[in-house]
Amino acid sequence: MADTIDVNGKQIAVDEEGYLANLNDWEPGVAEVMSKQDNIELTDEHWDIIKFLREYYEEYQIAPAVRVLTKAVGKKMGKDKGNSKYLYSLFPYGPAKQACRFAGLPKPTGCV
Amino acid sequence: MSEIVKKFLYLNRKAPYGTIYAWEALEVILIGAAFDQEVSVLFLDDGVYQLTKGQDTSGIGMKNFSPTFRTLGDYEVKNVYVDRDSLAARGLTQDDLVQIAWEDFDTEEEVENIVEVIDSARVRELMDASDVVFSF
Repeated sequence: MADTIDVNGKQIAVDEEGYLANLNDWEPGVAEVMSKQDNIELTDEHWDIIKFLREYYEEYQIAPAVRVLTKAVGKKMGKDKGNSKYLYSLFPYGPAKQACRFAGLPKPTGCV
Repeated sequence: MSEIVKKFLYLNRKAPYGTIYAWEALEVILIGAAFDQEVSVLFLDDGVYQLTKGQDTSGIGMKNFSPTFRTLGDYEVKNVYVDRDSLAARGLTQDDLVQIAWEDFDTEEEVENIVEVIDSARVRELMDASDVVFSF
């Protein structure tokens, strides 16, 4: 079954777990729609992580596993943000899995 | 949780593109890194091409995953080795290879480049000392 989400009238394909089928389809509206489905209101703090993930993917061509994300966020934004408590408070379904989905990345490598 | 730590050695023997081995091996290594085992990665034969700088896959329609090797440090893989003879046989030196940095987040200990070129005696020792060897 090919699923799609409606982003400002545009139908965008997602896979069976809700990740974008095509990375290049991403636009900020994708994160808005997905977060609404998960009952999350995106704040600047959420966007910081989403942007961070997109930059990480740009540089390394990979969606990081949660503990790698935590470490990398800590390195870049400081230890008060590089911890799982903070990241889970933003993305309760798992900071890597959920945030990667909002960011239009594939499911993280090394999430077991 | 099991307290037993095994020594895992991943052998990468194939060129990065043309087959799926190199990419699959890298995924297995990154996924396996979650299990807190002692992991070493060794590149030999055509596998040394996987670490070469300046890869461009635009002509073959495959994803260039060369940048992903640089995340090995983030995944806490600290032992990355390259067989010296395999490099020499292909006219390559360490200067042709990417660098992979490693940092201990807690102690802030940093290593600028964990890629180490080793001779065949070290390769043998490494294989002998490993509990589990995966060959790709």
